[in-house]
Amino acid sequence: MTPPTEPSKREIRPEKVEVILATDCGSTTSKARFFKKLGNEYRFVASGEAPTTVEAPFEDVTLGVRNAIREVEELTGHKILNPDGIITPTKGEKEGVDLYVTTSSAGGGLQMMVAGVVKTMTAESAERAALGAGAIVMDVMAVDDGRRPHEKIVRIRYLRPDMILMAGGTDGGNVAHVVETAELIDAAKPRPRLGIEFELPIVFAGNKEARGAVEGILGKTFALNVVDNIRPVLEFENTDPARNVIHELFMEHVMSHAPGYDKLMKWTPIPIMPTPAAEGKMFRTIAETYNTNVIGVGLGGATTNVYSIYENKFVRTVSANLGMSYSICNVLKEAGTENIVRWVPFDCLEKDLRNRLYNKMIRPTTIPQTVEDLVVEHAVAREALRLGFEHHKLLARPLRGVQRRRTIADIFEQRAFEESYIDMLQVDWLAGTGGLLSHGPRRAQSALMLIDGFQPEGVTKLAQDSVFMMPHLGVLSTVHPRAAIEIFEKDCLVRIGVCIAPRGVGKEGDIMRVVVRMSDNSVLEEQVDFGSIKAISLEEGEKAEVEISPYRGGDVGRGPGRRRKVVVEGGVVGIILDARGRPLVLPDDDDMRKQKLIEWFKALDAYPQRLYEMCGE
Amino acid sequence: MSSQAYTPGLKRKAATLVRKTRRLPVQGEVLVKKGDAVNSDTIVARAFLSGDVEVVNVAGLLGIDPWETSRYLLKKEGDEVKEGEPIGMVKLFFGLFKTRAYAPVSGTIERISDVTGQVLIRESQVPLEVDAYIPGEVVETFPNEGVTIEIPAAFIQGIFGVGGERKGNLMMIAENPDEVLTPKQIGSKSKGRILVGGALVTNDALQKAIKTGVQGIVVGGIDDHDLTTFLGYKIGIAITGQEDIPLTLIVTEGFGEIAMSEKTFSLLEKFDDKPVSINGATQIRAGVMRPEIVIPRPELVKKKLADFRGKKDFLEQGLLPGTPVRIIRKPYFGALGVVSKLPVPLQTVETESDVRVLEAELANGKRVIVPRANVEIIEE
Repeated sequence: MTPPTEPSKREIRPEKVEVILATDCGSTTSKARFFKKLGNEYRFVASGEAPTTVEAPFEDVTLGVRNAIREVEELTGHKILNPDGIITPTKGEKEGVDLYVTTSSAGGGLQMMVAGVVKTMTAESAERAALGAGAIVMDVMAVDDGRRPHEKIVRIRYLRPDMILMAGGTDGGNVAHVVETAELIDAAKPRPRLGIEFELPIVFAGNKEARGAVEGILGKTFALNVVDNIRPVLEFENTDPARNVIHELFMEHVMSHAPGYDKLMKWTPIPIMPTPAAEGKMFRTIAETYNTNVIGVGLGGATTNVYSIYENKFVRTVSANLGMSYSICNVLKEAGTENIVRWVPFDCLEKDLRNRLYNKMIRPTTIPQTVEDLVVEHAVAREALRLGFEHHKLLARPLRGVQRRRTIADIFEQRAFEESYIDMLQVDWLAGTGGLLSHGPRRAQSALMLIDGFQPEGVTKLAQDSVFMMPHLGVLSTVHPRAAIEIFEKDCLVRIGVCIAPRGVGKEGDIMRVVVRMSDNSVLEEQVDFGSIKAISLEEGEKAEVEISPYRGGDVGRGPGRRRKVVVEGGVVGIILDARGRPLVLPDDDDMRKQKLIEWFKALDAYPQRLYEMCGE
Repeated sequence: MSSQAYTPGLKRKAATLVRKTRRLPVQGEVLVKKGDAVNSDTIVARAFLSGDVEVVNVAGLLGIDPWETSRYLLKKEGDEVKEGEPIGMVKLFFGLFKTRAYAPVSGTIERISDVTGQVLIRESQVPLEVDAYIPGEVVETFPNEGVTIEIPAAFIQGIFGVGGERKGNLMMIAENPDEVLTPKQIGSKSKGRILVGGALVTNDALQKAIKTGVQGIVVGGIDDHDLTTFLGYKIGIAITGQEDIPLTLIVTEGFGEIAMSEKTFSLLEKFDDKPVSINGATQIRAGVMRPEIVIPRPELVKKKLADFRGKKDFLEQGLLPGTPVRIIRKPYFGALGVVSKLPVPLQTVETESDVRVLEAELANGKRVIVPRANVEIIEE
């Protein structure tokens, strides 16, 4: 089958592109971003947002896209829409665009089921590949997952995924178990979520010796695609072929059947990209540009996507049902009410908090108007980030089934190979995007949410997406890298500052000292008590040399208690000295906890005075 | 110019033309034709779902290698088997001992695998029937898939519900929209009915309703804790309708004790004791599927309603000065009013966010500024 719009990059002549429109059809909101070449560089001009309309009663994604674009038209006076779609190319100064691109996670995004033979080996590799392609993984099936065959059949039938990725066996290895999995899928006869008359796409990326048998079982009933083995040998994971074919099938089989996408696909000359895939592309850009380890997060309405580019390994996880609107109550369920309440500095009845969040769940497009509501949403966000990162670390770990020689150091440190390979002391950048992080009224709010959710250690640069445009730039970069990078650097990436946080816990009375030598050679000495946080102003673009003397036992990257000298870059918040300890533990006593939260919020000037008045300060 | 940047609103109409498309989840047979009159219980389409599959590890049971499976089977693919019937046998010591594998269920042998040594038995097909849900006329048929039924009716959407489609006669329990529905108000007369309460229903009242055989409850609010106790689990995302519960609950306003909107209450009051069809299914994505109460009004002339349908809905028009709205977020949660101004420039609200706002004139005459995202249009 040929996709309704073939990628036609040939038709796009980047040098002719002056006006660009990009949209993201999110699960909650459709966001339009309008870019223009101003002088010799591409810049962000305006944005518009409107509720997404992929589901009933509208069932046409383009309505929401049009509404979002109409907001841009109102704000800029630039005419973009005509009855057929987008006016392309530009006509004069105030009409049309030269390029329109879009991403989508609406209607539940790409929902996949994956299967392998061994849960911690091929099934885990398949999960990583699906997640890497920007999918939500609904279930991971394996021969050793503890479920009986008929239970798996019932489950597969119930799920109705958009696509199945099936792995299993190294090349030349086990065939029987791979065939067994194929037989179960065939017996379940799952139907695709969209379009009941279409064949469900299945990607087989397992033992090449099993291809014939798998084709025999699944080839007639399903749209079977065979690609190179995801684990040809145990020591090597080869996710790219599977990931690429998933992207093709996403367009061909999933997007083309979603309401209104047939129209949307005709509006854009390049394929619609899953939002997490586009978002991940921009986090990779940070890692490549600065040649560094990066952790990124996209905190959305339905999902939390975490990305790590660590020692050149790229892992993306999409935590379905950890989000700030539709799935806000799932965060409540997973984290527990007490874990959310712990981040709220005022008296808050658990019952009221829960009802408040349930009301957000049933009216997901509303936004906080009061500071009280804002703080409660930020409390939930911290827990969504924490849970999303925990999920991520389960997959960002060394390949299983590979024989390793344990060193003496491993034995002494009792290092387990099951643990994530991400060492927070080695993470140089922590960056966030998504409506809530990008729209935080003060950047210090996003800084605190990222720090509390991820607990960076040592010296970590903090950044965020200015107005949520990383997915837009991700898809734009596939056809116009120059525009994407220019806008990313100048208008998208907001440098919040740097977080200096020792690993380890001190005692009351312990002190972290820093000596900051500014670029004008002025010297500032600061000390922070254990349990406190402080910010030193250092503007975006400025650099300073910082000598850090952590509290006793605290490690900032040179070993416990040892000093470290480092050059840091500034940002809108500056240098954040976080001596609250790692792991960060909040006081058990309720009054002390609230007092500490207020102290931390005030130290970073994170919220308006109204909050402190509410708290009786 | 109107603005579309708002939360889609809830419908509350005394008279409209309700159309319901009834589709099978898989292809099947449509049992009625265009123009037929149906009642809410009429079966309009039927399909057969393939039966469950039982996997029998025959090679393991017989102690043979997988590739020998076919050789020792007593049945072939396509054969029917009865529960307990031998499907494979191995003779040992010149036939002195016999090891058998038995069918654990009745069904048809679907697959024999000489790779895995497994046999798949498919149980018989399960019939799946779709009823009309509402009475009315079949106005459209979709071959092998289903039909559309149309009836003039009053139509009210709730904000959240649990439980699927149910039918019964409406019964006003509350006298005022701010009353709390208590177990005492539910008696034997409530059996088979759809009860209308006020501001809150407690778990105790829900349990009494189940015991009494109530079909459904429509109420302003519920505490999340009571909902969790009622369902036996916490709801994480609002995709409902498939719960295995004996009654359907529809909440019109939200979570907590919230008086049912006066207009919704009085509209329901008008149809006390009339037959209704309700569905608690809620799917909160951007377009949203809300729970609904359909009160058929066959006495209305269809043609007039068809004319009425020609008018543009508020939902299609978007926000305009004069559009009736409900504020759905603090600090004015639940307040009703009309749009008085739609300023174009972004405005700073208490959180310090710069957002698109509207000015609403509330029922008490007070004018307030709220983010456009925090209102829903009330369609009447």
